[in-house]
Amino acid sequence: MTSYQLASVVGRRARAARLRRLLRGKLVLVAAGAVVALVVLAAVFAPLIAPYDPNAVDPMAVSQGSSAAHWLGTDDTGRDIASRLLHGARPSLLAPLVVTVGAGLVGTALAVAAAWLGGWWDRAITAVLDVVFGFPGLVLAVVGAAVFGAGLKIAVLTLTIAYLPYVARVVRGSALKERNLPYVAALRMLGLGGGRIVLRHVVPNLLPLVLVQTATAFGYTLLDVAAFSFIGLGAQPPTAEWGLMVAQGAPGILAGAPQESLYAGLAIVVFVVACSLLGAGLSQRLTGGER
Amino acid sequence: MIWRFLARRTVALLATLLVASVVIYGGLFLAPGDPATLLVGGGKPPNPQLLAEIHRQYHLDDPFYAQYWRWLTGMLHGDAGQSLSYHDQVSHLITARIGTTALLIGYATVLIVLFGVSAGVVAGLRGGRTATAVTAATTTLMAVPTFVSAVLLIWLFAVRLNWLPAYGNGTGLADQLTHLTLPAIALAVSWLAYVAQVTRSAVDGEQRAEHVQTARSRGIPERLVVRKHILRNASGPILSVAGVAVAGLIAGCSVVEQTFGLNGVGALLIQSAAKQDLAVVQALALLTVVAFAVVNTLVDLATAALDHRVPVGGAA
Repeated sequence: MTSYQLASVVGRRARAARLRRLLRGKLVLVAAGAVVALVVLAAVFAPLIAPYDPNAVDPMAVSQGSSAAHWLGTDDTGRDIASRLLHGARPSLLAPLVVTVGAGLVGTALAVAAAWLGGWWDRAITAVLDVVFGFPGLVLAVVGAAVFGAGLKIAVLTLTIAYLPYVARVVRGSALKERNLPYVAALRMLGLGGGRIVLRHVVPNLLPLVLVQTATAFGYTLLDVAAFSFIGLGAQPPTAEWGLMVAQGAPGILAGAPQESLYAGLAIVVFVVACSLLGAGLSQRLTGGER
Repeated sequence: MIWRFLARRTVALLATLLVASVVIYGGLFLAPGDPATLLVGGGKPPNPQLLAEIHRQYHLDDPFYAQYWRWLTGMLHGDAGQSLSYHDQVSHLITARIGTTALLIGYATVLIVLFGVSAGVVAGLRGGRTATAVTAATTTLMAVPTFVSAVLLIWLFAVRLNWLPAYGNGTGLADQLTHLTLPAIALAVSWLAYVAQVTRSAVDGEQRAEHVQTARSRGIPERLVVRKHILRNASGPILSVAGVAVAGLIAGCSVVEQTFGLNGVGALLIQSAAKQDLAVVQALALLTVVAFAVVNTLVDLATAALDHRVPVGGAA
């Protein structure tokens, strides 16, 4: 076998392997994207698709298993679980969306301000964020609930604050690097003001990083929000929300009617797995790393 | 050098805790509503004389810093005030429950170190199919939130198989451990998966390192290569991620205790927050933040002690 032939065989094999890897990666990405898209569509069109009113109790159909009338059965007051899951997708998705977008915006603003202004400002902002970092999210949420009463809005607010340092730490590092790049000095020499450079040049360059961070964090934020609702410090009954549904179905598990908890739990896990796969795939694509 | 590092970290820790205590006390100080009304209870507007008496007794009219100082010095002496909803000393409530929580966290830590680290080491050393299987399993487990795994474990092991109890504390050590088995698994599982992943990639990284290949080529027995060259070098990241996991357990035990009806401080924190029982929430929030920060600092110190490349002197 000549070296040319060898090279060509090796090349072909490598190409095939790369193609296989790409396809496999793409397949997972497409599947994950499809799951996420389906759930988002279900959340948006829940009132149109849901077969029942999510809060309509039916004393004649309490804690039923799956049937033609109730695909996923009913809960302990006879409410249709499928309809509650569909409607529950709305707060379950919207709350973590607000948290990630809020923490992304405020965290980026703080980080860029700290990196750009430097000196005393940088130290002050970093110190405040370090204190927040010392609080587990749960403690913040508990304090928030104790002060203002338990509710989804308070849970969203406290979680947003809890996530700020995570966003800001990553973004600050990149913003510092960005500030020292030659193009910034060039823009300065052209006579552009600091505000303009930051808003028009530095922030847009940091945007991919922030987006990837936000997309990856979304699934885990959803878990946190659902956990707060589960322990009674998030969404309040009779709201249909996934974490709250797991909690409300829990007594049924011992009574032999686990469907509400199990389906709501399954919805959370499937959606979060899809989200994290999608986030990981997208970040690999955006950063160009093919590992 | 190491002493200066130690001193600096200790000062930073104390400063963080001091600020945290101001935030916790201040946040709850600002809570709307008069605690005295809560104490009297009942629907009718209470008698103003009684309210004034309660205000005087609980120093409710003092300025913020005086109340904060009284609270902080009280906390340092083990006096956390009175619970309004449990009608008991907060310190009694906590000491009665902290054992359960400590046992739960200890149990979960043992599970994480035993199974998480060993699964990661095996996957890292073997590679191939084993590594793929471990990665797939841990990725899935990491997406299962604690409360869902708790519910699944109750359903599977307590209801379907009837192997283990689902609710309550139990009495005596053996019975307590039986009762804590499902909660500890629920608490540990997603961190266990995370630790396994980090361990796998740390061991895998060392496997490929030049010094390991050199050691192998010199004919050093594989057992020694694994012990002295791979595991010793991989221990830094493993230790630090295990520490992060323990800190996470401190925050996570509330959910587990609540789900399994365990009588621990985590469940107490949630229940008193729902009842807006401020004295209990203040004490427990501070306790949690202290435990969390101390564990994190200890992990940093241990990592620095193990790995001499971590800069302990100048600015990081």
